[in-house]
Amino acid sequence: MSLLEVDGLTVAFGRGAPAIRDVCLRVDAGQRLGVIGESGSGKTVTALAIMGLLAENARLSGSIRIDGDELIGRSDRELARLRGDKLGMIFQEPLSALDPTMRSGRQVAEVLRLHEGAAAGAARERVLAMLAEVGFDDPERVADSYPFQLSGGQRQRVLTAMALINSPDLVICDEPTTALDVTVQATVLGVLDRVLSDAGAACLFISHDLAVVSQLCSDIAVMLDGQIVERGSTADIFDQPQHPYTRGLVATARLDLVAPGDRLPVIGDFYAGERR
Amino acid sequence: MASSVARRLGVFVLSLLAASVVIFLIAQALPGDVARIMLGNEASQADVDALRAQLGLDRPLPVRYLEWMGGLLHGDAGTSYLSGAPVSELIAPRLGVTLWLTGLALVLAVLVAVPLGMVAALHRRDAGGFVVSAVAQVGMAVPAFVAGIVLVAVFSVRLHLLPATGYVPLRSDPLGWARSLVLPVVALAAVQASVLTRYVRSAFIDVLTEDYYRTARAVGWTRGLAMLRHGLRNASLSLVTVLGLQLASVLVGAIVIEQVFVLPGLGQLLLEAVAQKDVLVVQGIVMLLVVFVLLINALVEVAAVALDPRVGEEVA
Amino acid sequence: MKRLELGVGVTLVALVAAMAVVSFVWTPYDPIRIVPADRLLRPGPAHLLGTDAFGRDLFSRLLVGARSCLSVGVISVGIAALIGVPVGLFVAQGPRWLARVVLRATDIAQALPALLLAILLAGVFGGSTTTAMVAIGAAAVPQFIRVTRAGARQVLSSDYVAAARSAGIPRWRTAWTHVLPNIGALIGVQASVTFAMAILAEAALSYLGLATQPPTPTWGRMLKEAQDFLYLQPGQVLWPALAVAGGVLGFNLLGDGLRDRLDPRLREAA
Repeated sequence: MSLLEVDGLTVAFGRGAPAIRDVCLRVDAGQRLGVIGESGSGKTVTALAIMGLLAENARLSGSIRIDGDELIGRSDRELARLRGDKLGMIFQEPLSALDPTMRSGRQVAEVLRLHEGAAAGAARERVLAMLAEVGFDDPERVADSYPFQLSGGQRQRVLTAMALINSPDLVICDEPTTALDVTVQATVLGVLDRVLSDAGAACLFISHDLAVVSQLCSDIAVMLDGQIVERGSTADIFDQPQHPYTRGLVATARLDLVAPGDRLPVIGDFYAGERR
Repeated sequence: MASSVARRLGVFVLSLLAASVVIFLIAQALPGDVARIMLGNEASQADVDALRAQLGLDRPLPVRYLEWMGGLLHGDAGTSYLSGAPVSELIAPRLGVTLWLTGLALVLAVLVAVPLGMVAALHRRDAGGFVVSAVAQVGMAVPAFVAGIVLVAVFSVRLHLLPATGYVPLRSDPLGWARSLVLPVVALAAVQASVLTRYVRSAFIDVLTEDYYRTARAVGWTRGLAMLRHGLRNASLSLVTVLGLQLASVLVGAIVIEQVFVLPGLGQLLLEAVAQKDVLVVQGIVMLLVVFVLLINALVEVAAVALDPRVGEEVA
Repeated sequence: MKRLELGVGVTLVALVAAMAVVSFVWTPYDPIRIVPADRLLRPGPAHLLGTDAFGRDLFSRLLVGARSCLSVGVISVGIAALIGVPVGLFVAQGPRWLARVVLRATDIAQALPALLLAILLAGVFGGSTTTAMVAIGAAAVPQFIRVTRAGARQVLSSDYVAAARSAGIPRWRTAWTHVLPNIGALIGVQASVTFAMAILAEAALSYLGLATQPPTPTWGRMLKEAQDFLYLQPGQVLWPALAVAGGVLGFNLLGDGLRDRLDPRLREAA
């Protein structure tokens, strides 16, 4: 039994056509699976479905199991107990994902207290330790800062601290570095890599950037138009991409192979989907 | 932060001056001659002139304005043309009733509107939310004085539970005081709560789309608790401003409600003065109410700075 | 549900208007004729809603009451729009400092709401239909200025106005040909909401005896008279109360319904 088992997951909103169809995923304990695809391919819907955070008008069918426990059909109250404890999530928009009226340290401590009922003093110690772990040299100052006083990369690390402070079994990262500068991206990815390893947590890493995914993940699933079209180990995907869309992704990610002066490859060279 | 408070203080003082000029000019635009009206048509021109001089009405408008303003700064709003009593002495004993009425109604309105607005926002797609919104929409359409009359018809006339009219001072009989205020406060609060519920609802619907709300849900808060914990703090920023703006309408609502329940407040004094064309009293009370509204709104702006850590920083 | 809002709003407004129109051609009885023998009759076949303490027919008075409610609404909204819209248009195109001064002035004006202004005017000139209309209209001017300015700025920032400008069309002309037609619906929303406010204010003022003077029937005065006989005949309160609430609800719903149909870019201004 894997840690996360998703089978035949289909999600539609209101009376619309399904946003994702028949999605199947397996993530073992400690394993890191990258889910790659363009915007609108259904990556985020899949992630939010696992977290139980889809809009109220979402209709789900299929199965999502954590440690064998079915999540679909559970009440919000029951799912809330898993979120932030067993399941952590890091979002794309570090600039707006923190409460602007509350100091960062308190927002991290809140997660701890919510699930463990830790006392304020003890919580503070653990918050500072966690902030140090995500790479802050001055955790005290960061804890006492409001989000607007921190940079984008710093806020993303605060969010990482919030997602990991309860040592979750699975962390879902939804394009955590997309909104950041390239140099900051590298720092945040490095921190993520380290804290995930230290905690031994599994990770579902969602991105449109194959280069980023390949740095962090051992396995990759490729999503296109709401379905998973290919999956395999990172090495296999790079060496023997099967689906034409995947071949396009790999070619555009391996720009080091393009000879100077040649035209840069685009995905359209490999895959002309129905919508193109 | 200090400089932004100073700037707001400046704006407040300018607002007061502007309002006082407008009120003064309207009040002094009185057609006809106050002295003539007071003495009647049979009085001799000499008597009328003497009274004009005594009341200071023979001097030019700007001088009279400055005198009035100068007096106001010392808490002296002039003397009633009719009773000869200082306006401030007429106002003082009436103030308590109106302030209790207004303050309690506002508190009650907030206590009702915040939970209702939150429920309406969380259930905006189902029947529960629809019912709350519909009730608020209807509540907004019922004037406070009509609500007051209906409450009297039910709780006083039919059920004999509470007094229909009258006021008992708090010091002489706290229970009687509370009983005399229940119906007026509820009537006044009903309308305000309806208006406020709609604001709270839309403020919380805005919160629902915020990323920090999703983060709060992702770390394990249920919908309602995420709303209370993180939504309320953020929504309160705009709600405090709305409350300040509501104050003026609550105050005028109180004036009318005082008539319904025969409460000896500012409104009763104001309407008596209007009936007798006692202009200086009318002018004094209207100015007092406007000062009060402007003052509270200035304080609200400062409070908004205090509530939002970002505002102070950006100005500094 | 949005369509429901607009439908109910239009129906209620039409009902109030119909009452006023019908009252000109037909009322069951003379609404101001005093008939001592018919005092305080309960509703029945002869008098649909009963009679008041002077033996006057309440249904007739209710019909005629719609007139003063509507006329005060129409005139005061007219005053507010005729002053507020041109000023708002002017401020939208004028220099920044002017906009700041005018907006601050509209802030201050909110401290002197319609009812208080009307009471002040009544204290000086005596309460009448005119003082009520002028006060309610004047108190609503600031919102018209704000809404018009916000809407006009939205339109002025659009590409087609920039194109007209660069083609050499003068400012006042673009305001007339592009801005005004585009913010017409927005002003309609404001007019509707202001109308609801005017009905509320008129009812309160005539309840206080500071608007239309007797013997002309108004809903506010009917409420006052009903309150005086609350112990004898509590049911009298019901109909004028429903009439006021229905009118206000109608115009509020109409305003909300229209707002939802606005161009989304203009909705922020409303």
